[in-house]
Amino acid sequence: MKLSGWGRFPQVETEVHAPRDEAALRALVTGDRPVIARGNGRSYGDSAVGAGLTLDMRHFNHMLEFDAETGRLVAEAGVLLGDVIDAFLPRGWFPLVTPGTKLITLGGAIAADVHGKNHHVEGSFGACVDWVEIMGPDGEVRRATRKDEDDLFWWTIGGMGLTGVMLRAAIRLRPVETAWIRQTIHPAPDLATAMDLFEAHGHDTYSVAWIDCMGQGRHLGRSLVMLGEHATRAELDPKKAANPLDAGHKGKLSVPLDFPGFALNRWTVRAFNELYYRMGAWNAGMSLVDWDSYFYPLDSVLKWNRIYGRRGFAQFQCVIPLASARDGLTELLQAIADAGAGSFLAVLKRFGPQDSAFSFPMEGYTLALDFPMKAHTLDLLERLDAIAVAHGGRFYLAKDSRMRAETLRQADDRVSEFQEMRKTLGLKAHFASAQSERLSL
Amino acid sequence: MTHLPVLILGARSDMGQAIAHAFAAQGHPIQLAARNAASLDAVRADLALRHGVEVTLNDFDVLDSDGFAPFLDGLPALPQVAVSVVGYMGDQAENEQELDKASLVLRSNFEGPAGILALLANRFEARGSGTLVGVSSVAGDRGRATNYVYGSAKAGFTAFLSGLRNRLAKKGVHVVTVLPGFVNTAMTEGMDLPEKLTAEPQEVGAAVLKAVQKGRNVIYVRGIWWLVMAIIRNIPEPVFKKLKI
Ligand SMILES: Cc1cc2nc3c(=O)[nH]c(=O)nc-3n(C[C@H](O)[C@H](O)[C@H](O)COP(=O)(O)OP(=O)(O)OC[C@H]3O[C@@H](n4cnc5c(N)ncnc54)[C@H](O)[C@@H]3O)c2cc1C
Ligand SMILES: NC(=O)c1ccc[n+]([C@@H]2O[C@H](COP(=O)([O-])OP(=O)(O)OC[C@H]3O[C@@H](n4cnc5c(N)ncnc54)[C@H](OP(=O)(O)O)[C@@H]3O)[C@@H](O)[C@H]2O)c1
Repeated sequence: MKLSGWGRFPQVETEVHAPRDEAALRALVTGDRPVIARGNGRSYGDSAVGAGLTLDMRHFNHMLEFDAETGRLVAEAGVLLGDVIDAFLPRGWFPLVTPGTKLITLGGAIAADVHGKNHHVEGSFGACVDWVEIMGPDGEVRRATRKDEDDLFWWTIGGMGLTGVMLRAAIRLRPVETAWIRQTIHPAPDLATAMDLFEAHGHDTYSVAWIDCMGQGRHLGRSLVMLGEHATRAELDPKKAANPLDAGHKGKLSVPLDFPGFALNRWTVRAFNELYYRMGAWNAGMSLVDWDSYFYPLDSVLKWNRIYGRRGFAQFQCVIPLASARDGLTELLQAIADAGAGSFLAVLKRFGPQDSAFSFPMEGYTLALDFPMKAHTLDLLERLDAIAVAHGGRFYLAKDSRMRAETLRQADDRVSEFQEMRKTLGLKAHFASAQSERLSL
Repeated sequence: MTHLPVLILGARSDMGQAIAHAFAAQGHPIQLAARNAASLDAVRADLALRHGVEVTLNDFDVLDSDGFAPFLDGLPALPQVAVSVVGYMGDQAENEQELDKASLVLRSNFEGPAGILALLANRFEARGSGTLVGVSSVAGDRGRATNYVYGSAKAGFTAFLSGLRNRLAKKGVHVVTVLPGFVNTAMTEGMDLPEKLTAEPQEVGAAVLKAVQKGRNVIYVRGIWWLVMAIIRNIPEPVFKKLKI
């Protein structure tokens, strides 16, 4: 069947299997066609689409052990982050690191080494992982642990499923007093102000900026910088404090059909962005927000990826090192504004330092945007690639659907080591996604 | 009736597990019964962790009628609600040719489940309370060329549940018949099912919980199935026998 990631582009022919137990998984892994594990398919491109077989891991969705003293959870790789929250937030625990959607599996979180709004203080998801159990090409399951000498562990974090199939992991949760976040919004009229705000708030737990990429001239990089802290019990009003770990449940909206391609154009996006910025500036200051609306605003609109129509869309996410961030971001934003290419969801974030085998984050600024797939989109993305590379930047594979192998190699000097490791451990012939083939990993 | 145990017969099935989650989320302890129950340890741990309830694993084979009474005696407690999702479809072509195979389908869907529920019914009756839930199938509403062996076993089971309900109506014991339509489970994996008519196991879980709480008699999980089956049942036999459905 044809399968894609969340961006619905590209659509690739693959054979999907959904094993229910280890024996069935082993038979697939040790067969003669290469496989790739798939979690909840929230990566945007073709990382979770098999070059041969695609192994849907969602039947491996059991939580196995929890230590209420340390907050350590042992769970199967197909457990959703949202299920972890449902089960443990009422007991005062929350993921240490979470991306902008809770509809991802633990396997996907580890393989992409996802980051959240607290990267600058906690690092990426790998920071909370104590061990993973991985099925290798021979069908054996190995426990790889957080020890300097355990290379398999460090390659698996951020390894995009290319080191084997994860079955189980032990992760640490963080204690929280309430289900609420104290949010502060600062409007920033331009890029320099936004970056100054990030630098000034380096100790805040959460920080992220929504950036208006239609802003031109003196508005270039106009943003709303949003800061957040877990609210303490004492900070809640008596009504909320009576049930501090329960912020109530909201209904779900759904985008029922594909929007026609013309629904999203530069005018609608410009109008949306203008409104959003003004609303944000209007609401600037401190407010209490429930965890779900704060971390996962998009999850309340199921299937929102359909808003971009049948042709789908592409994400672009790069990180530019600190030293060249200002220039690099300015050039990227200028190129986007010149192209008049609309993006509703443009996000800017300061990353803290990170040292890793193959993960995406490094100290600097990351910019993430999405573009509906249109005639000139791929050309624009190539221009953005070139700007990022020229400023020493690199790219997030969980968002990529179209980059050239050559670009990745230029951007990331860890690629050859990763390829070498795959060869030496005999992984290359057994674990392959459409992405790993395209990027010659 | 919070906190009284719920027994799931056929606990390896996605449907059985979804029903277990629905009750566990309400605080009920869960008794999972299946062949080779020890292999369900991850399911046990998961239910216990998510919902903070006690969960036990209990070996059970619906073909071993001699084992029924010892099985019930060995449960941690007589359950308040007992749900049978046990079923086996087999292969229609084989069922037509080989008596053994057809007999296995009849025993797995009708004789076995009816037998264990009969025993539970008597113990519930003696206690004066409890709910029995039988997962049967719309396939039992009218025999079709493509699966009439399975369908006839389900028809027998549906009739059995109806009779049991009638018998126990004044004894404080309630019986729910579930006719789930298509459900996305291991049994239907790889089949090309119409999306609108196919329920997720979680929907079945929620529907069974509600049916038990409200004392419903017969439920179709997705309402549309009532209409579909009303039409299928009413097609005149001279026409029906020529249809390919
Ligand atoms: C609305 C939205 C917001 C997002 N926000 C962020 C964000 O803020 N930060 C961020 O970092 N990301 C973000 N993402 C991306 C998302 O978090 C990652 O793509 C994540 O990897 C998706 O997890 P998944 O379970 O859906 O995995 P999939 O998309 O199915 O797979 C992703 C990768 O993980 C591998 N994988 C999955 N399961 C296993 C396993 N069991 N064993 C081995 N490999 C496995 C796959 O092979 C693939 O390479 C966002 C995505 C969306 C849709
Ligand atoms: N899926 C559908 O579309 C659908 C539609 C209508 C009705 N149903 C009915 O719904 C119920 C659940 O089915 P499902 O879809 O979840 O499929 P399933 O996974 O095949 O469930 C059937 C269960 O019955 C168990 N079973 C079979 N023989 C047994 C025996 N001798 N002793 C103990 N347990 C036995 C199986 O256990 P093992 O794993 O040990 O074999 C299995 O867990 C069945 O009664 C089925 O007929 C299903």
